[in-house]
Amino acid sequence: MLAVGAYIFTATLITLWLSGPGLRQVLGYSLLLALGFVAFLGSLLVLYYAPLSRNLKLALGLIILVLLLPTMGVQNTFLLEVATQVGIFAALALGLNIVVGFAGLLDLGYVAFYAVGAYLWAIVGSNQGNIAFNTDIFPLAPAWFFPFLLMAVGVAAMTGILLGLPVLRLRGDYLAIVTLAFGEVIRVVVNNLDKPINLTNGPQGIRAIQRPPLFFKPVLTALGITADDATLYALYFYFLVLLVVGFAVVLTRRLENSWVGRAWTAIREDELAAQAMGIPLVRMKLAAFAAGASFAGAMGMIFGAKQYFINPESFTFMESIGVLAMVIVGGMGSVPGAIVGATVVTVLNLQVLKGLSLLLNQLRATDAVIPVINYPLARWPTQLDPAKYERLVFGVLLVIMSILRPQGIIPERRHQLELEERRAEAAPALAPTAGGGADG
Amino acid sequence: MADLLLECRRVTKRFGGLVAVNAVDFGVERGRIVSVIGPNGAGKTTLFNIISGFYRPDAGEVWFEGRRIDGLRPDQVAARGISRTFQNIRLFQNMTVLENILVGMHTRIRANVVQVLARSRAFREEERALVEEAFRLFRFVGLKANPNELAKNLPYGEQRKVEFARALASRPKLVLLDEPTAGMNPQEMAETTQLIRRLRDELGITVVLIEHQMRVVMGISERVTVLDYGEKIAEGPPAVVRRDPRVIEAYLGRGAALGSAD
Repeated sequence: MLAVGAYIFTATLITLWLSGPGLRQVLGYSLLLALGFVAFLGSLLVLYYAPLSRNLKLALGLIILVLLLPTMGVQNTFLLEVATQVGIFAALALGLNIVVGFAGLLDLGYVAFYAVGAYLWAIVGSNQGNIAFNTDIFPLAPAWFFPFLLMAVGVAAMTGILLGLPVLRLRGDYLAIVTLAFGEVIRVVVNNLDKPINLTNGPQGIRAIQRPPLFFKPVLTALGITADDATLYALYFYFLVLLVVGFAVVLTRRLENSWVGRAWTAIREDELAAQAMGIPLVRMKLAAFAAGASFAGAMGMIFGAKQYFINPESFTFMESIGVLAMVIVGGMGSVPGAIVGATVVTVLNLQVLKGLSLLLNQLRATDAVIPVINYPLARWPTQLDPAKYERLVFGVLLVIMSILRPQGIIPERRHQLELEERRAEAAPALAPTAGGGADG
Repeated sequence: MADLLLECRRVTKRFGGLVAVNAVDFGVERGRIVSVIGPNGAGKTTLFNIISGFYRPDAGEVWFEGRRIDGLRPDQVAARGISRTFQNIRLFQNMTVLENILVGMHTRIRANVVQVLARSRAFREEERALVEEAFRLFRFVGLKANPNELAKNLPYGEQRKVEFARALASRPKLVLLDEPTAGMNPQEMAETTQLIRRLRDELGITVVLIEHQMRVVMGISERVTVLDYGEKIAEGPPAVVRRDPRVIEAYLGRGAALGSAD
């Protein structure tokens, strides 16, 4: 208990100190900041494993996410941006985890649903709608953002079902190839749908996408809090993403620990036996596709509004692979795993690799040399810039994981069931063997 | 004929040029324990796959409780009240013993997805009742393992019992057991025989089993159907069937049949 508190306290202090303005000129600052931030986020993991009561964990976790992280974020908006990205990818990983982790359906075109959500709002939330439908009612007022968020969920789920219907007869590798193709088809369609009707504005993308309404601004002004819109929106998106991830976690958990989750896992484990138990394969697989897609739809829309601009480049095959890497690294079929996976991969890409690049650039400007071989860093070729090695990192990470810990960082754990009335007496009797059921 | 729970009428299944099941008539009266025997490749498992909906017969009909079930999907057949086990145990390896049993209850679930997402009272009560029943089945089949152990970590005999419990979880009217004693030692075999009898006597379930162990077949079945090369060659009480020259010929060859006919 004390150790947990001490860890959280120290990590928070260090990161707060790092995120302040004082140190920005220090060599390798962004790398230091990344390390501090990882340590800070790590406190959530420490909490997760800490032997504390559920409510206390929840309260501390909320303090970290709702109070401490935004405080750092106001000092250093980059941290807030990273946290928001982590949240977006966490929701995507949670969605894909339903399809790949629970139901065992390898989907390599998951980004398609993300694109559907993003374009849905981009078209009606910008001038693009007027061009496409020849009217002047667009962009819709920001207040429409929330009704459309629900719609994005629905439309993405529908897309999932439409994709699922023809392809779910396929299994394993064949399914993977077809979903991969579907992801690419959506991107290519979006890329080319600037004629005959200009729906998506093709490769130029859609800009000036409406943001969600700042409905709380009057309240803030009344309280005497003033902030510029940029910070306000950054915080806004952070909390919006946090809320959606929270929803996603709760919904996924509830599905997982019910007949729905059991049916999905049964399909993953043995399709034939599952069917013999009365599980309608097609319907349950479609449900998995729809559930997974709906998370991506919601996040796609938030992503579009946050970026203010989207184009087909945001929805490439690499995005699908990235999310899949998060699921695998975190642990297939594991809800906390998906979140940890999203955090690790995103922080690695956005902070660690960029931090290394910045450090290298700083060093290049000095006359530093690599010792022993006497190689001046000023001559270090830009092709070897670490930030360009995002894909390599996915690959290396997956290889390392599959060698050292193939079940992922936080492996799937099956729900332990007990009889209500026997819980008290039976627990000690089962204790010696209970540990064995946890792994695998 | 008496009250037929299951009836196959001239069921035929071909795989390319091979006729795996050829115009087989097969009826099971309610409340019976019936065996299907025959040499390897005789079409026994194919017959099971036809009944449980995994294969669609090329000709013939399957009736269950007065309704046609051929052409239904396996999950629909299961929902009608037929459950089965598999020759090579097919448990959900990475699920716990209890979860395996709970999956078997799928056809009886009433809570819909909205109730699941809302964790409604109805959902929680149903879930609790199902878990309780899963524990009862766990004890009924005589499992000794930790109920929260992953199925793959169980010894072979225990896995067989889990498969039994899972097949019973849907409260079926008919269970199809595909070689339930395969790979068992004599003691386990005796236990299993006992268990099959209890399915019928205590739960009122009609049982059809495929079996190679003659001791088991002769010990519990009230009727035996013999298949050979996809055709039914004999049917009747075990004591009669075991003396049938065609059956002996199918198992031991023509010479043996002639020898024993004397």
